[in-house]
Amino acid sequence: MVTHATTPEVHGHPALQHHFENMEQQREAGTLGMWVFLVTEIMFFGGMFLAYTLYRSSYPESFASASNHLDITLGAVNTGVLILSSFTMAMAVYFTQVGQRRPQILCLILTLILGLGFLGIKAVEYYDKYEDHLIPGTLIPGNPFNPAIQEEGQPLDHHKLHLLPGATVKQVELFYWIYFAMTGMHALHMIIGAGLLTYLIIFSMRGRFDPEYHSPVEVIGLYWHFVDIVWIFLFPLLYLLGRHFGH
Amino acid sequence: MRAIEEFEIPAPSRVNYLNAQYGLKSWLLTKDHKRIGLLYLASITFFFLIGGIYALMIRLELLTPQGDFLQSTTYNKVFTQHGIIMIFFFLIPSIPATLGNFLVPMMIGAKDLAFPRINLLSWYIFLLGGIVTIYALLVGGVDTGWTFYTPFSTTFSNSYVILTGVGIFINGFSSILTGLNFIVTIHTMRAPGMTWFRMPLFLWSHYATSLIMILGTPVIAITVLLLAFERASGVGIFNPALGGDPILFQHLFWFYSHPAVYIMVLPSMGVISELIANFSRKNIFGYGFVAFSSLAIAVFGFLVWGHHLFVTPQSVYAGMIFSVLSFAVAIPSAIKVFNWTATLYKSSIQYDTPMLFALGFIGLFTVGGMTGLFLASLATDVHLSDTYFVVAHFHYIMVGGALMGYLGGLHYWWPKITGRMYPEGWGRFSALVIFVGFNLTFLPQFVAGYLGMPRRYHAYPPEFQVFNVLSTAGASILGFGMLIPLIYFVWSMRYGRRAEANPWHLPGLEWRTPSPPPTENFEVTPIVTWEAYEFAPPEETEVVGKFRPELERS
Repeated sequence: MVTHATTPEVHGHPALQHHFENMEQQREAGTLGMWVFLVTEIMFFGGMFLAYTLYRSSYPESFASASNHLDITLGAVNTGVLILSSFTMAMAVYFTQVGQRRPQILCLILTLILGLGFLGIKAVEYYDKYEDHLIPGTLIPGNPFNPAIQEEGQPLDHHKLHLLPGATVKQVELFYWIYFAMTGMHALHMIIGAGLLTYLIIFSMRGRFDPEYHSPVEVIGLYWHFVDIVWIFLFPLLYLLGRHFGH
Repeated sequence: MRAIEEFEIPAPSRVNYLNAQYGLKSWLLTKDHKRIGLLYLASITFFFLIGGIYALMIRLELLTPQGDFLQSTTYNKVFTQHGIIMIFFFLIPSIPATLGNFLVPMMIGAKDLAFPRINLLSWYIFLLGGIVTIYALLVGGVDTGWTFYTPFSTTFSNSYVILTGVGIFINGFSSILTGLNFIVTIHTMRAPGMTWFRMPLFLWSHYATSLIMILGTPVIAITVLLLAFERASGVGIFNPALGGDPILFQHLFWFYSHPAVYIMVLPSMGVISELIANFSRKNIFGYGFVAFSSLAIAVFGFLVWGHHLFVTPQSVYAGMIFSVLSFAVAIPSAIKVFNWTATLYKSSIQYDTPMLFALGFIGLFTVGGMTGLFLASLATDVHLSDTYFVVAHFHYIMVGGALMGYLGGLHYWWPKITGRMYPEGWGRFSALVIFVGFNLTFLPQFVAGYLGMPRRYHAYPPEFQVFNVLSTAGASILGFGMLIPLIYFVWSMRYGRRAEANPWHLPGLEWRTPSPPPTENFEVTPIVTWEAYEFAPPEETEVVGKFRPELERS
């Protein structure tokens, strides 16, 4: 005698894929899948955090000098923007779970706008660094790495790099290489996140998600929070590093 | 619940996963894990042939002491490309992406992997990475060695490092996605009654492998990416001109690439556990120890990378710790070997082809593992570093271990995969030829290496010639041995004897469905009420040879 282990009453939701027994199993798989993916992301960024840790402990003065030249105001504003976007994302997940479509779509759009705002501010910062000759290497043509050095006793010029005692321009270039690698990789993740949000907005407007089936919103929400948390680490490590040196 | 003997094998239906749909499109757009497994099988066989041709060129060059067949620059490219193709495009995907893909859902009683579309995507990513790498080889190749050590790879090499790096970077994601899929599938898709400790050991080893894939592969991805950007931009974090440290590259590289060895050998150990238990018709000795030793290998494997850096300016204290930890990996490995051997004790062994490969594995893996201890010792490693001793050691693990398990598993599950039997006589013959050819190739290299023959040179002093002649002769036998299964596997797909559902008469879940299986694996979702490797009900074995007073009385 062979019994059928499938519970028949939950069949029928249009979003249930054929190889799952029920919606609960499908949601569990999706969420676990995203958590596992985020573990790989931690390891991916981990390689760069290791390089940062190593060179920061080897060249503290150079890293502090380079860090002091980053725009702390824009960095702080961006941190706020991202934390706010995490809040709107969490609200979007909540409204999906309780089945309120209009606030759900509104929150998703707000999250997208905040995410794009972050990328815009980041672009302004990158352009400032380009203007100040702080792009390492020869990959970007036009402005090779050649920062103007702020001399002691001269009036303060924000476009000039103030080198602390013991710092060297070469090691400052190393800092900026790591800065662009880490923030660039973070920005790439933000761009992918913006694409995923656009997908969520389109399918929310078509009424694809309901309290029974909301795992795409939840899973992409997890991704979005992860990308935010990476920035929460990057901001103090890169921007606030030099604050206690020579100020 | 039902007892085991009530389980009925459904009558073989004419529709199975192979004939459910026809045409190229039904294969290229398939979401069926079994078909994707076959797509992987075809692609990695292709890469294996390319890697094999490079191996042949290496052995031909080394037949004579002078560099007469290849120039030194060509030779550098040939051994580099042999390594890159064999490691990234054959060994790492070999068992997980083919047999694992096919069997993980079947062994837990699921209809498919948790993410079928991601599974197909992983094959396309693999293919894209492969095409980029093959393109890099065609336009000029790469000569850094598969290890890409800086600063040679970033500054001095004149070959296609960036392009090859991009190929490996892309390929890494296919590995990550496969690992992710397995972990989620094993956690969430097990059939009713399939508890963790009822799972076949094949699944435990694949779970451990998947952990390494998701934890290690991202690190090599970012490392290769940083390397490529450094080469492109002229400066970077491995560049001493900025205060960067080239040794950092070696740390990051081996953080993945040492555990990668366990990505290759752990699935093979899973296959061997299946083969040993099933072809001895006996429950595996110490199931829990074998299962957890897989996880232990995965964990320890991440803590030993520094033994590749014993001859760099790595701190001597770090070296001592890495040495001790490397010795520690031998413990879970030895647990497996001893438990397999204990399983064989007083069992009824069947010497079918898969079992021959499994027994070969135990011997070769033991040699490979024991010689690893020489390299994990700080003092002997200085003498043996960068010699043919190292080459012989890791070929005993990668070919003698990983490849033997792969071939054994392929024979074992071939009737399930294709619905046809391979020719048994030819199978046993090829197992023998491969075993002999392999040992003849690599045993002499231990001696040559110990006597001081360095690796990665196209010419060598004449006193090493005798070892190299033996080695090249062995490689020819090995290559011939590899061609035999290739021919009869293809032959058997059309002309092989039809296989019944359970040709080996085994209790595993994958044998309780027709061969080849239907698209959804099982006609109904199975309910598992038995332990793994449960060959006979306990009461039946207990009465044999025992005095039973109640029988005497009547």
